[in-house]
Amino acid sequence: MSIDHNDARRVANLARIRVDDEDLPALASEFNAILGFIEQLREVDVSDVEPMTSVTPMRLKRRDDRIAGGGIAKKVLANAPDAREGYFVVPKVVE
Amino acid sequence: MDGLNSLSISEARDRLKAGEITSMDLTQACLAAAEEAAALNAVVHPTPDLALEQARAADARLAEGQTPAMCGIPVGIKDLFCTEGVPSQAASGILAGFKPAYESTVTSRLFEAGAVMTGKLNMDEFAMGSSTETSVYGSTVNPWKSGDTALTPGGSSGGSAAAVAADLCLGATGTDTGGSIRQPAAFAGITGMKPTYGRVSRWGIIAFASSLDQAGPMTKSVRDAAIMLEAMSGHDPKDSTSADIPVPDFEGMLTGEIRGKTVGIPKEYRMDGMPEAIDELWASGRSMLEDAGAILVDISLPHTKVALPAYYVVAPAEASSNLARYDGVRYGHRATLAQGDDITAMYEKTRAEGFGDEVKRRVMIGTYVLSAGFYDAYYNHARKVRALIKKDFEDVFADGVDAILTPATPSAAFPLGQKFDDPVQMYLNDVFTVTVNLAGLPGISVPAGLDPDGLPLGLQLIGKPWEEGELLDFALAIENRAGFVAKPEKWW
Repeated sequence: MSIDHNDARRVANLARIRVDDEDLPALASEFNAILGFIEQLREVDVSDVEPMTSVTPMRLKRRDDRIAGGGIAKKVLANAPDAREGYFVVPKVVE
Repeated sequence: MDGLNSLSISEARDRLKAGEITSMDLTQACLAAAEEAAALNAVVHPTPDLALEQARAADARLAEGQTPAMCGIPVGIKDLFCTEGVPSQAASGILAGFKPAYESTVTSRLFEAGAVMTGKLNMDEFAMGSSTETSVYGSTVNPWKSGDTALTPGGSSGGSAAAVAADLCLGATGTDTGGSIRQPAAFAGITGMKPTYGRVSRWGIIAFASSLDQAGPMTKSVRDAAIMLEAMSGHDPKDSTSADIPVPDFEGMLTGEIRGKTVGIPKEYRMDGMPEAIDELWASGRSMLEDAGAILVDISLPHTKVALPAYYVVAPAEASSNLARYDGVRYGHRATLAQGDDITAMYEKTRAEGFGDEVKRRVMIGTYVLSAGFYDAYYNHARKVRALIKKDFEDVFADGVDAILTPATPSAAFPLGQKFDDPVQMYLNDVFTVTVNLAGLPGISVPAGLDPDGLPLGLQLIGKPWEEGELLDFALAIENRAGFVAKPEKWW
């Protein structure tokens, strides 16, 4: 399977990473090199194999459903590039 | 004469307890050594004020007769760990300026055990790399040199490896997703251990690939690894994958006694074109273990060859998901927007500016293998291969093998710049280490010899799940026999 610059553009869009048009062919060729390397996986017969979900078998712990923290809005906002009046600020989303 | 900074953790601890030295002297020696070592670019955010304050507190505890495991010991912390009020940016531009409001579980535990933090250490961006060359801070230079060529300390925990090898701190934290503790440890002539997945809490460690990431100690000796691992380990309710099982007294159980135990030698780790020095090192490792009374058996781990390709599906897939959080809204970098730019443009510009090329590459590969139409062909297929790789190990352990001996890396440290332009060549660095992450096992790299150019080489030992204590005994048996005492000549 080979990736062209249109596939590369689609992946960049999905990943929300801006890539200039002139850089797409080089990106596609890098993807092809990496995917070519990954292709070796096809040699392995995986019929009747369950995909791994957890590397160390364990039962996920449960915890009580109760509020255990909060009231730290200032701390939460402290690293925001733009925060005003207790909110994160982003470009207008709804017209 | 060597300064206090060249002590090991166990030596320093004993002398602190005996009142022969103070943590303040020890800490100042490390801070001075780090200041002189700017050329290594290992320490990227020094924290001298915090270190001196912690050293003062440690001396007070020692004076009161308290002696927690790491009391007064100066350590360096990989930039991947969130440290309260101290820059923690995973060597990425996208986390520029980020100062966590909280402390990672590992650093909290180390501080409770009395450790002193001297600074944050360099690494590959988001731990993606094997050379530190993807760091936004620029590469770390290995204290070891061959002629005049600047070598990589390996990666991703390359700053940690260089800092310990150059005596800028007594030990350091690392993290290992595909070999990121063990490969740099081997390249810098120190000991590096990746514990069983779940032994150490991942809470507060900036995530790369959550099903593979595990933190561990990077130290000057196997004993030090035991001391530091114990201080880092333990159940944490804040990490649902951290194991709720007791942490053994790793140092107390350390004997180096492996008589009658069985060590497997996997034939698949004999690679075509492997340098002769690596082959010889492996052979000498086998002799050392035989000399210690272990029984060597040839074993097969048939899916070794496809471990790296499986890793390069699973790890980027998890990374693309984990790194989705860097959107310029809550922390770190946000791109300057043009008139009329909408929120999608903000995400796309922010991520294009903030991430380096290798991180972008992996996020996009991960996005691709998870995208509709490819999920089964790549991601699910890789998870099935991963199950087979784990079963390879389970089978040999069920046959009575107690540990597995392999080389840690396929070469000694390579020159900076040599592999940077070829991602797949760079990925091959992890060929001996990555299986261990895929199977969730403990692994340790122990310095065991020098190559013809005088560069350190490491042997890797792989243990059974939760048997870090036994694994450390195998490592000590190697350390005792290898007699590795070489240090890099100071040029910085």
